[in-house]
Amino acid sequence: MTMTEDGPRAATAPHQERTMRVTLRVWRQENAASRGKMVTYELDDVSPDMSFLEMLDVLNEQLIMEGQDPVAFDHDCREGICGMCGVMINGRAHGNGMNDGSVQTTTCQLHMRSFKDGDVIDVEPWRATAFPVIKDLAVDRRAFDRIIQAGGYISVATGTAPEAHATPVPKKDADNAFDAATCIGCGACVAACPNASSMLFTAAKVTHLGLLPQGQPERNDRVVNMVTQQDREGFGGCTNIGECSAACPKGISMETISRLNHDLLGALRAGARPKS
Amino acid sequence: MPLDLFTVGDPIADTKAPTDVPIGERWSERRFRGRLVNPANRRKMTVIVVGTGLAGGSAAATLGEAGYKVKSFWYQDSPRRAHSVAAQGGINAAKNYRNDGDSVHRLFYDTVKGGDFRARENNVHRLAEVSVNIIDQAVAQGVPFAREYGGLLDNRSFGGTQVSRTFYARGQTGQQLLYGAYQALERQMAAGNVEQYARTEMLDLIVVDGRARGIVARDLVSGELSTHYADAVVLATGGYGNVFYLSTNAKGSNASAIWRAHKRGAYMANPCYTQIHPTCIPVHGEYQSKLTLMSESLRNDGRVWVPKERGDTRDARQIPEDERDYFLERRYPAFGNLVPRDIASRAAKNVCDEGRGVGPGGLGVYLDFAEAIERLGRPAVEAKYGNLFDMYAQITGEDPYATPMRIYPAVHYTMGGLWVDYDLQSTIPGMFVIGEANFSDHGANRLGASALMQGLADGYFVLPSTITEYLADGPFPKVDDSHPAAQEAVQGVTDQINQLLSIQGTRSVASFHRELGQLMWDYCGMERTDEGLRKAIDRIQEIRQEFWSNVKVLGTWGSFNQNLEHAGRVADFIELAELMCIDALHRRESCGGHFRAESQTPEGEALRDDENFAYVAAWEWTPQGTAPVLHREDLVYEYVHLAQRSYK
Amino acid sequence: MTVTTQSGQRRAPKAAKTSSVFKKVVMAVSGIILVLYLIAHMIGNLKAFAGRDEFNHYSDWLRTLGNPALPGSTALWIIRLVLLAAVAAHIWAAVSLWRQAKRARPHGYVTKKANAQSYASRTMRWGGVIIAAFVIWHLLDLTWGAVNSEGHDGSPFDRMLASFQNPVSVAFYAIAVILVGMHLRHGIWSATQTLGQSNRRREVTVNYAATAIATVLTLGFLLTPFSILFGLID
Repeated sequence: MTMTEDGPRAATAPHQERTMRVTLRVWRQENAASRGKMVTYELDDVSPDMSFLEMLDVLNEQLIMEGQDPVAFDHDCREGICGMCGVMINGRAHGNGMNDGSVQTTTCQLHMRSFKDGDVIDVEPWRATAFPVIKDLAVDRRAFDRIIQAGGYISVATGTAPEAHATPVPKKDADNAFDAATCIGCGACVAACPNASSMLFTAAKVTHLGLLPQGQPERNDRVVNMVTQQDREGFGGCTNIGECSAACPKGISMETISRLNHDLLGALRAGARPKS
Repeated sequence: MPLDLFTVGDPIADTKAPTDVPIGERWSERRFRGRLVNPANRRKMTVIVVGTGLAGGSAAATLGEAGYKVKSFWYQDSPRRAHSVAAQGGINAAKNYRNDGDSVHRLFYDTVKGGDFRARENNVHRLAEVSVNIIDQAVAQGVPFAREYGGLLDNRSFGGTQVSRTFYARGQTGQQLLYGAYQALERQMAAGNVEQYARTEMLDLIVVDGRARGIVARDLVSGELSTHYADAVVLATGGYGNVFYLSTNAKGSNASAIWRAHKRGAYMANPCYTQIHPTCIPVHGEYQSKLTLMSESLRNDGRVWVPKERGDTRDARQIPEDERDYFLERRYPAFGNLVPRDIASRAAKNVCDEGRGVGPGGLGVYLDFAEAIERLGRPAVEAKYGNLFDMYAQITGEDPYATPMRIYPAVHYTMGGLWVDYDLQSTIPGMFVIGEANFSDHGANRLGASALMQGLADGYFVLPSTITEYLADGPFPKVDDSHPAAQEAVQGVTDQINQLLSIQGTRSVASFHRELGQLMWDYCGMERTDEGLRKAIDRIQEIRQEFWSNVKVLGTWGSFNQNLEHAGRVADFIELAELMCIDALHRRESCGGHFRAESQTPEGEALRDDENFAYVAAWEWTPQGTAPVLHREDLVYEYVHLAQRSYK
Repeated sequence: MTVTTQSGQRRAPKAAKTSSVFKKVVMAVSGIILVLYLIAHMIGNLKAFAGRDEFNHYSDWLRTLGNPALPGSTALWIIRLVLLAAVAAHIWAAVSLWRQAKRARPHGYVTKKANAQSYASRTMRWGGVIIAAFVIWHLLDLTWGAVNSEGHDGSPFDRMLASFQNPVSVAFYAIAVILVGMHLRHGIWSATQTLGQSNRRREVTVNYAATAIATVLTLGFLLTPFSILFGLID
């Protein structure tokens, strides 16, 4: 359809000439204890410039006006950095790789121009024992925080830090550490992994801190404890398939996993053992 | 001024800064004079910290390390989601690593000037002093700041300054600093020093015998209300930019914690001071849910321009050089594209008002990198700004390497907030406010890369030192659910939720929020007038009435109900919006982010009125239907002389 | 509506299990042993081109390896036991990780698509099961002769001829060998990753090496049966 040309915005807006109709099949689940199912919704007048979450907003406005329970989904910053949003879209975490797959994205940064008029879109929550469903598309990812609690930090009490220039860090190490540190903890790696493994998440933190001189004193204990915790949380084991990295909106590389393994084996040889 | 909109109460003053010593010694003197709490007693005291951003996360971690029992609350699933994570550009610190003439005093001076002489000198000087410790702390935590080939830290320049003092981690500085604080916080949680309350929202403050003693909170998953008691309460809940509906804030960012504390007696200071950030991606449709910032650092290399002719609809690349107006470089030759945010934003608004804006609706200006790409080469531009360019391409579907970006100002930060003294304590004893939630350090305009500095300064260094003076009188008598103040607070929250769920009207929460936001943008945004503000106040009152009689909130409260969460927040935004407009109306001068059309220089620059308005406006809440009370805190400038800001 | 004072932790972590990384290390190390064995096995197979006597002689040599220092087939049996242990460990690790994956996601997606997964990595588990079945048949056929028309009494060379002159048998063998090749393609890369030896610099090399080893082994194993089938060896 074409938009009416009477508004000044419509006349000059290059992207708003067409709208789409999409069919959504959304996972609805009342709470962690109940069983869920896919429910179908039709949505007209979807603009290609909408973000995926804005499209869900429109759906929810419709549902509310019809007196139906809106779809629960997590989101916050809507600019791809907080890691709060994340759903499976047509079987892909954050919808990554749906088209050319060149741009890795979070769900909030996926735009409806990635879809075609008439598309059927399946929307499901991350599925993993360690990420229990709270409601509909929202899941509990506190397991990630507990992995960090197990050792994903450098122990430095406030005020005890030496002068920042006391320890130079080779630029290459700093850059590689940064690449790993960009992990936003969204859980797409777990969601996409056929084993529901959290290895990429853990490896990103082990790599980030392990590459910096400040991270060396706790390096062995960190990796041993974090890996132990991720197993305790009920994540699957890594089998080096690479779905995680392909789904990662920040492009964390599989190299981090190799680095984790390397550090872990070294730490175990050096006698590091997990805290009970 | 009409007395029906507000009344004037007694002046207020900060009595905590030791003004009997020179400004450079006041912070150390304050720490020396303040009483301490010995380690054995710390264990007996509980501190509630609401919010886990840079300020709240760093404060909770530091207080936990110090040995207090800390309870940390946040509404998202993980503390790492707090919106500090989205800060892109950098963090200022007076390290003078560039040897370019920087110093604590210069950072202090730049910040007071940048704030258009509406910030407290004492607080700003302390901020500049502490800035250097923040960098040390962050580096020790493993924050991967950008480095040079020699392995030392890199710096860049930012708006409103002529030195390079900004430390950065590509375009994700806030994220990396937040993760540093988050990891420190998780470490304290693992150690059992900090109790964690995820997806839990503070809905009221419990004040017992004049002291803040606890909060009422709602578990957003189960819907259950709970009460929590402590010897002190720290609010670190961020700003209220979402009163405009469209802003660069996270969708969940809200004013409920500070607003409800305000209703319990904490004064709200300078609520009209909002920062409109010049470089955001323009609005693209009705359904738009938020605005995305493009880091100010882009103005280091990008050039801002519009066509010289009105209504020039040619493609940007087809417009020859001499038909372009690089209006920032033209109007402000000394600072050029790096003028402070308020000035850049208003200049963009002016050219758009003249009909020279570009893109949909004429609401945009170009930010052009063609010259930078030619000068530095595409790889260098990619290395510096790659992630921002990708984000732009992702959102707009346009390639910023090929055509100029289109940008437009958007609400970004609120300088106003709860009034605090030098100790960061509000007018309610025992309640401290840190980070963006307080009003203290940025005056009427915040300089780029100063928000991260303030949040971390407050959380790591200032609050943990000043709170001891208050806690030295503790532990305070035990309070529990049987106390009338607690019961009254729980009842109030219960009644409000029941009421929201019982209205069952015909308008959605979001529609009210959108309408309120548009109204605020139109009348309390980049340019404010007496007439417009009065119109806005009238309309806000109508919106409030309609909201409470016609809002449609679905579901029950004993479950995960995002619709209900939103409704409570919008109810508070409506009330806050009215106070913002009253504050903006009463301040008949232009300063920083507050531009009154009636008060400008012949060249159209902001014209301050230091004679009448060199004060902090601290507002006291009064029950609905009565006018709020204004308390003035006079601002004293001993070290930086009042002058009209000039970036020409 | 109840008012409660809640505690922070929502859920206590479960008791520690054997580390998932440990299982992968077991998988990698046992896999490497099996790859080394496959290389030796392939070289042995290619002896078929040297003729019946040479082949049977090689077969005898295997059984008397280490003589006279070690009596009888001791050395062969040691090799067999190591291989058996490697296979058992490999299967244990695989089953254990498989079960862990099942527990980690008991309810699958309604729709799930792969972005990165190669056919090789996707077929590691079922491919592994098929390979295991093949190995059993292969032993029954060529080592013990139980399903071989030449029976246990024929010479190794005769058993090989009998088996590979049958097109059905060659087809089964070929499919299995190609599966083994894919299994190796992913497995070798995966082992370097698991043992922490892969990085961005080496990634290309590791990938080429994995492909090269897998290809050479696949072709090496296919050469003999097809030569027999087409009468190049008799």
